[in-house]
Amino acid sequence: MSILVDAATRVLVQGITGREGSFHTSQMLEYGTKIVAGVTPGAGGRTVHGVPVFDTVAQAVAATQPNASIVYVPAPFAPDAVYEAIDAGIPLVVCITEGIPVLDTLKLYHYARRHGTRLIGPNCPGLITPGQAKLGIMPGYIHRPGPVGIVSRSGTLTYEVVWALTQAGLGQSTAVGIGGDPIIGTSFVDVLELFEADPQTEAIVLIGEIGGTDEETAAAFIRDHVTKPVIGFIAGRTAPPGKRMGHAGAIIAGGQGTAAEKVAALEAAGVRVAERPTQVADLVRQALAARAA
Amino acid sequence: MDLHEYQAAELLSRYGIPVNRGIVCETPEQVRDAAQQLGGRVVVKAQVHAGGRGKAGGIKLANDPDEAATVTSQILGMDIRGRTVHRVLVAPAVRYVHEYYLGVVLDRGARSVVVMASSAGGVDIEEVARQTPEKIVREYADPFLGLHDYQARRLGFALGLTPDQVRGFATIARQLFSAYSELDASLAEINPLVLTDTGSWLALDTKIVVDDNALFRHREYEALRDTQAEDPREREARAAGVSFVALDGEIGCVVNGAGLAMATMDAIKLYGGTPANFLDVGGGASAERVATAFRLVLADPKVKAVLINIFGGITRGDVVAQGILDALKVVPVRVPLVIRLVGTNQEEGRRLLEAAGLTVVESMDEAAQKVVAAAKGVSA
Repeated sequence: MSILVDAATRVLVQGITGREGSFHTSQMLEYGTKIVAGVTPGAGGRTVHGVPVFDTVAQAVAATQPNASIVYVPAPFAPDAVYEAIDAGIPLVVCITEGIPVLDTLKLYHYARRHGTRLIGPNCPGLITPGQAKLGIMPGYIHRPGPVGIVSRSGTLTYEVVWALTQAGLGQSTAVGIGGDPIIGTSFVDVLELFEADPQTEAIVLIGEIGGTDEETAAAFIRDHVTKPVIGFIAGRTAPPGKRMGHAGAIIAGGQGTAAEKVAALEAAGVRVAERPTQVADLVRQALAARAA
Repeated sequence: MDLHEYQAAELLSRYGIPVNRGIVCETPEQVRDAAQQLGGRVVVKAQVHAGGRGKAGGIKLANDPDEAATVTSQILGMDIRGRTVHRVLVAPAVRYVHEYYLGVVLDRGARSVVVMASSAGGVDIEEVARQTPEKIVREYADPFLGLHDYQARRLGFALGLTPDQVRGFATIARQLFSAYSELDASLAEINPLVLTDTGSWLALDTKIVVDDNALFRHREYEALRDTQAEDPREREARAAGVSFVALDGEIGCVVNGAGLAMATMDAIKLYGGTPANFLDVGGGASAERVATAFRLVLADPKVKAVLINIFGGITRGDVVAQGILDALKVVPVRVPLVIRLVGTNQEEGRRLLEAAGLTVVESMDEAAQKVVAAAKGVSA
């Protein structure tokens, strides 16, 4: 078991003929992801790495029945691509694109919710169920199948933690990068709920960062609804207030969103919070040992 | 991107909001002429991207044109929270009976745009939120339909305004909401919005922050950017597509990925050092971007050592290593350099770097410890 994606997931790639879309399609195929179609308006009839390309998502759906879409479309056109996927009834849409205006993302968030579509991202690395399917831009080889579920607002920091886990012999059930924007389709709480219900997942790693209050909301949810051990890491303990730290969402504004507040909230909910990314692996091992005992 | 008060005032006027516009000036002489033109008492306000201008002495009243010129000479060149004042706004001094607050902002937790109003205007709204949160009233806008008229009215009634006053107030609330949405702002604020002694509404101070992600569809903002107010390094970084924030420490950081860049700064602090900057070179870590990163980091004379932390991922380690070597040819690094490199073909990458005499380590912890020691002038 895993969450959201597995070997049976039929994937559509939107923006498949672009540089990013084409490159990552080859990487995802190499990992074993079942990519059934691509869409680029005006490129219908072509193939990219053997994948048939359609002009519209509706055509791709009719011909190949995808049940997930991944969007590599540039920011000015990405919201339209996401709407097209939602309107075509695709239940899972992963938006990798960085740089979408937040007022557009706000509409996407509500539109997806109202239509029962799960939107992951934007500005995210995607998600991976090791050994089964990769819908994203993360390096596949650092992952191993196993019992640890990961949910993170970051990209390379997630790879760092995954790599530390893998080297410690701790595989992953699914790793979900939810994205670094102020508004994102899927929050920590949504993914925690899925991991809690997933039989393969025995421990959960939550990687947060400064900005917003989603970690605090997650802490309250963990306290009330999560029985599995949760290990946390929060980036940005040394970040100054009022400055955007790369991610559009990583900013301490109005005294809100500091790392200290997030660490305190998580610890109060029983989450062990690592001081260093590599320490996450030690804490996970201890938590799994305690659970087995 | 922050706009200046006078820029925000101009934009909001276009939406019909009554703003005490004033005249922008750069010299005391211009201010004297402006005050003459406006007549009567004027207020001279520093135009800087910083809060607390009043407390810092950046806002002054003047009774006549000569006094206006005198106070301007005190304000120009003044340092307000690290920002130098190059410009002032001269506006008529207004007599009012009450100050209100009106603002539109994104509420991340609520996944909604919120319109906030308060009868405690003229002071920092964050302070009001902390001290007397009951004095702030809110309406959440529908993501597709926007702010309904009844919501705008409800704000006015909640402030205790008379029906006549509510009409004018609600119109301004709707105009401010339209401006926020159409300008792709992340904050649009009037503080204070005053009720004058003649019973009309007037925006005395306005503020707009625009969403950097939306700049591609608002080319007009480029002309509003105050390059004088920017750290020149942040400007160079933006042009190169590198995220950079200058800090006070002594260890320069060059990292790929924002989360990892923050975690790297934190690790440096954890091991007893202080980060000199946040820097995300972006995916791929190309030679040009790494060269830009070196230039940005080394421009700071306080930097005593540099840590490069690259989690290559899909990008091959040897390609990243070659990029670093190429960048070093363009920008020589005169302080100790510690490199941590992980990724496909990482062994080959490390060999390349070690052959060039560079220190390459395996783990992020070890890298942080080594660079802290190097900055202190000891070997770890």
